[in-house]
Amino acid sequence: MKKILNEPANVVGDALRGMALAHPDLVRVRTDPALIVRADAPVRDTVAVISGGGSGHEPLHGGFVGPGMLSAAVPGPVFTSPTPDAVQAAISQAEGGAGTLLVVKNYTGDVLNFETAAELASAEGTEVRTVVVQDDVAVRDSTHTAGRRGVGGTVLLEKIVGAAAQQGTDLDGCHRLAERVSERVRSMGMALTAPTVPHVGEPSFTLDEDEMEIGIGIHGEPGRERVPLDNADGIVRRLLDPVLEDLPFTEGDEVLLLTNSMGGTPLMELYLAHGVAERLLAERGIRVQRRLVGPYTTSLEMQGLSMTLLKLDAELTELWDSPVHTPALHW
Amino acid sequence: MPCTTQDVIAALCAGAKTITEHRDELVRLDRSIGDADHGENMDRGFRAVVAQLDSAPPETPAAALKLVGTTLISSVGGASGPLYGTAFLRAASALGETAELDGSVLVGALQAGMEGVEARGKAVTGDKTMIDALSPAVEAAKASAESGAGAATVLAAAADAAHTGAETTESLVARKGRASYLGERSAGHVDPGARSTALLLAAFAEAGEAGGAAGAAR
Repeated sequence: MKKILNEPANVVGDALRGMALAHPDLVRVRTDPALIVRADAPVRDTVAVISGGGSGHEPLHGGFVGPGMLSAAVPGPVFTSPTPDAVQAAISQAEGGAGTLLVVKNYTGDVLNFETAAELASAEGTEVRTVVVQDDVAVRDSTHTAGRRGVGGTVLLEKIVGAAAQQGTDLDGCHRLAERVSERVRSMGMALTAPTVPHVGEPSFTLDEDEMEIGIGIHGEPGRERVPLDNADGIVRRLLDPVLEDLPFTEGDEVLLLTNSMGGTPLMELYLAHGVAERLLAERGIRVQRRLVGPYTTSLEMQGLSMTLLKLDAELTELWDSPVHTPALHW
Repeated sequence: MPCTTQDVIAALCAGAKTITEHRDELVRLDRSIGDADHGENMDRGFRAVVAQLDSAPPETPAAALKLVGTTLISSVGGASGPLYGTAFLRAASALGETAELDGSVLVGALQAGMEGVEARGKAVTGDKTMIDALSPAVEAAKASAESGAGAATVLAAAADAAHTGAETTESLVARKGRASYLGERSAGHVDPGARSTALLLAAFAEAGEAGGAAGAAR
């Protein structure tokens, strides 16, 4: 393993201290328990939108804390969900009297810990709602698994719901909106290499030079199949086809397309893939109205990418375009 | 040979030691079919448990198990924090005010712990989870207690069954947890949660036997 590290066990806390120094105007950071809150939190009479999960997916979620997006983020250890008391601490720091919406990616650990935190916060008188993001179409037979994973679509949901909260939408409204975004977003990812978890020291799996994994998640777990490496056209088609079929997206639909790096893929390859995706969507008569290209939901240094499509309407487009000011997303 | 609060604390410390010793093995198992964090998380949790037991020694078996449950929930994270935490909390509730555990009390605690895991994780036998170790352990403990065995013997029976149960997860296709996303590819690896359950019960049983031998010598 070659990584820029001091003590592997302290990687999250050390990174958080650096993040606080890098963005003092936007976020406040605590390390025990680990959490990141808006510098101006709590924002009175505004719904607190809080997310979190294992670390290793940066900039998700800490990079999206700030005006117009998340009120707080709760990072667990690498690939491990945070504990309920950490989530509860974030709620008490960010809660501005209008209730809290928890954005949870569908993984057993995240769901269990956030569920417990919601119970604890409710018992203390805070109104808490939860939306579980489950956009990954790579997961088949969801009745025989823990259900579809939450992946790249989480970023789009956090941006849109964060904008609504910033505009003063109440907890019911934010929750309904979150459910609506969740129903309209789908993703699929692939990997060329595996990531190395710092406390493990070796890659989570191995791939030969001429192989790739299709249908990966964001925790270094292998995907749904291992196939021969294809060119960019072939790779993007393999990701888009199941996404398009699933919702389904059809001719005339207006969409937001997120072309997301898993952490180790350079922008050049990402832009190349994005170009392919826009061409394939245009061939199907699907209109890309908004786009986002870059590393947003990553899996440490994994090489690979994911494609996310969100079906837009006027309201979602307006909320997407609203100002946002966070370490990783701003306009 | 009944089992006192001191015996329970000794067993918990033995459990923590075995988790530390098997940290890398659990990481390796989880790396094959999950996200490689189980050994690290359990080690962090049980180190916190030992620190808590040292700083505020509990006065009843139930208090000891409750302390383990709350410490695991607030230090482990992932799925195993809430699942193991719930197991220990439910087992603590089942013990009530009991000062000394006999075979049948122990069965009640094991059963309550397993039901807690089932309720939280919504897994059943055959899903390739810790239930595949816990469920045969409870059955074996019941049979042992019904034949009149004491706490140490009941625990030994549970540990043996949990070990076998964990081994059987190797051929199973996961239907819960992170490994479920691999489908057929999850077969061929022992489930890390079932393995850690079997390791803990084995350590508890070994401590129970040591306690029993010491008691007999007294």
